[in-house]
Amino acid sequence: MTTQNTVHDGALLQMSGIVKEFPGVRALGGVDLDVRAGEVHCLLGQNGAGKSTLIKVLSASYQPDDGTIEWEGEYVSLTTPVAAMKLGISTIYQELDLVPDLTVAENIYLGHELSKGGFTQRAAAASNTRAIMERLGHPEIAPSRTVGSLSPAGQQIVSMARALSHDTKLLILDEPSAVLDQGEVHNLFRVIRGLTDEGVAIIYISHRLEEIREIGDRITVLKDGRTVATGLDAKVTPTKELIQLMTGRSIEYVFPPRPDTPRDRGEAVLEVRDLALAGVFSGVDLTVHAGEIVGLAGLVGAGRSEIIETVYGARKATGGTVTVDGTKISRGSVVAAVKAGVGLAPEERKSQGLLLDQAVYRNITISSLSRFSRSGFLDSADERRRSDELVTSLDVRPKGVSRAVRTLSGGNQQKVVLARWLLRDCRVLLLDEPTRGVDVGARSEIYNLIRRLADSGVAVVVVSSEVEEVLGLADRVLVVREGAVVHDAPATELDESKVLDLVMEGRVA
Amino acid sequence: MTDTAGVSPSASQPEPTSDSKSVEEAAARAGQQQGGLALLRTSAGRNLGLVLALVLVCIAGFVTSGSQFANLDNALTILRLASVIGVVSIGMTFVIIGGGIDLSVGAIVALASVWCTTLATQRMAEDTHWTMMVFSALAVGLGCGLVNGLLISYGGVVPFIATLAMLAAARGYAEILAQRRTQLVSVSEFLDFFRIDVLGVPMLVLIFVVVSAIGWVVLNRTTFGRRTLAVGGNPEAARLAGINIKRHTVMLYALLGLCCGIAALMITARTTTGASTHGLLYELDAIAAVVIGGTLLSGGRGTIVGTVLGVLIFGVLNNVFVQNDLSSSAQAVAKGVIIVAAVLLQQRFARQSSSSP
Repeated sequence: MTTQNTVHDGALLQMSGIVKEFPGVRALGGVDLDVRAGEVHCLLGQNGAGKSTLIKVLSASYQPDDGTIEWEGEYVSLTTPVAAMKLGISTIYQELDLVPDLTVAENIYLGHELSKGGFTQRAAAASNTRAIMERLGHPEIAPSRTVGSLSPAGQQIVSMARALSHDTKLLILDEPSAVLDQGEVHNLFRVIRGLTDEGVAIIYISHRLEEIREIGDRITVLKDGRTVATGLDAKVTPTKELIQLMTGRSIEYVFPPRPDTPRDRGEAVLEVRDLALAGVFSGVDLTVHAGEIVGLAGLVGAGRSEIIETVYGARKATGGTVTVDGTKISRGSVVAAVKAGVGLAPEERKSQGLLLDQAVYRNITISSLSRFSRSGFLDSADERRRSDELVTSLDVRPKGVSRAVRTLSGGNQQKVVLARWLLRDCRVLLLDEPTRGVDVGARSEIYNLIRRLADSGVAVVVVSSEVEEVLGLADRVLVVREGAVVHDAPATELDESKVLDLVMEGRVA
Repeated sequence: MTDTAGVSPSASQPEPTSDSKSVEEAAARAGQQQGGLALLRTSAGRNLGLVLALVLVCIAGFVTSGSQFANLDNALTILRLASVIGVVSIGMTFVIIGGGIDLSVGAIVALASVWCTTLATQRMAEDTHWTMMVFSALAVGLGCGLVNGLLISYGGVVPFIATLAMLAAARGYAEILAQRRTQLVSVSEFLDFFRIDVLGVPMLVLIFVVVSAIGWVVLNRTTFGRRTLAVGGNPEAARLAGINIKRHTVMLYALLGLCCGIAALMITARTTTGASTHGLLYELDAIAAVVIGGTLLSGGRGTIVGTVLGVLIFGVLNNVFVQNDLSSSAQAVAKGVIIVAAVLLQQRFARQSSSSP
């Protein structure tokens, strides 16, 4: 790739000294970014470093308070999102903004429908859509399909197709891989390479370094709303250096040590026998002992999340039994599962786990209200006190249990969910993607926390798309493929490539 | 939203959907520093606004009607009239905070009032005790509420449709029972009870005060109230936290039904009649009072104090219109305008405090 001293040559986009302030806070305090045609420019930074604010400035959702933007060598001011789009800047946000009940073609041309005299030209839209899909390497996605019936990966392709239906020169991808599994990520990369070959520039935001290594050309690192490094070579810059730039301190991606001897296992706490959910998975056996962490690895859609949601009773099993401490739990009853001491930290933290507008302490105590009530009346002072202890011991920042959970970062929100089940003294804790959207620094804290929980005698089940995470954290790993457990082994006997083989092929190659 | 910067600290919590967390964190910090401004978006601050509105309406009444408006008798008249709808509104507050809506409240009031004044009920009341009438009205209200709740929770019927059906059915049944005639109350003990003044406060007003007080305690100090906020704020999270949201929803509608039963007794006593025309458009008045009281129609947030203020504002406004000999049609137009204005304001607040441009 190119070197650092030719910054201005062929710069498609040049942002300098961008400042964006909100009352009482400087979200961006002078950010520089230059992007060249045909490159994949990676934006790195912890949660809150200003990445999202920066791309919102670029897509004209926000107006910067200071700084300049040059586009193809000319100063521009991006006043409205439509103006940005007209220049050729398209953004694909983390949360996809598609209309699930409309077809692929309708979604792609939403807002700029092909029409003649007010009548939509469906045939033209369909054939154009087909052409775009072919360009993206996904001719199998038919223009007439409803978007809601597509997988997350498919939906993302539709989002990209929509961007390409405009004359896009710069495509911004905000954590595109968060909803994808490994196979789909490779597919995404293929699409990205195709686009850069055509001269489209990509701004790629991701927490996953290995992805940046694979797809990126250059890296810009943001920290606390400032550019701390720019033009770094994505292939060769040492990980240590990147982490140091992002965090200001040097940390490694660390997992807590697992007890080295196969522990004198506690009694079996969670026993799942022959569990089935029609059409999704069947014949799942799972035993988790006190103090043990069991990981479930597999592709998105293999049934991992469904398995633990069924164990929890959030989905009603069509066969099999779930037993906690010898007590059978009635099918499809979350209430019964919680009563038996099972807790779930769901995959979609914001939509499934938290009451975003309510105070931290209320989110923590919501599953243990009976403990704080006397004949129905709540002792709020006690709630706050207990929550405060937990928040302190888990190091949730910023401190203070009365603020709305919405104001916390992803990692701290996850700690609040964990605190909820800590307070309840869970016997079994089910964690679905515990580190999604959590930045590198906070990750190891969460890993340590999970290990501490296990050490205190809780039986833990972890689901993750990141094989590395499952292998690093769990004592035992179950590999799930197409709705069945295909492998069950101690984590130390597996490595990433073995798991991937199992996931893809169903056997060790 | 280029103007976000100048509005209030609430404006600076920009993206719930993205990860501009430092902004949010810092905004929260800023909110603490500028406590005065932050107050404006707390429920206490909003209620302050409502008090101001109430004062304005009262001033309007005083300016237009002078001492005819500002005297104790008139004040008690306003309160007496507002109390009936007030009791319904308290129940409605819970249902709306819990993420639901109930269009059938007026019809339930009519049915309960007719039921407790049928010849059979009154004869039974005379034979046994006048509270038989009270029991029958409460039972009818509770029963209708339960049916609503069960249909919505376990039948999977959306609240709008389920309660719309109840609206039609309950009022129709009330007409059948009463044969479209107004039924006079002949049980004098019943009427006497509701005519008692406690320290100058009419019984109807007292009932409203007691129901509001209980409502406040239940919403703010009990597990039931906390769960109501959770169920309305994020039903999926509440379910996964182990709350039985179906049962809770049934209880919310049953509670509102019970409030309708109480309101039916109040209007029956006030008019000394039971009629299938009682409670017409109560659903509109109750929802309006709840919404201008600051409760989010989407659920998860709301206050009893706000609802009480909403009820009072409408009560005083009605009185001002009557004092000035304006028609009820003009009142209806004004009510419509106020509701829309309140919702528009509320949405502005919601946008500023939590959502993206």
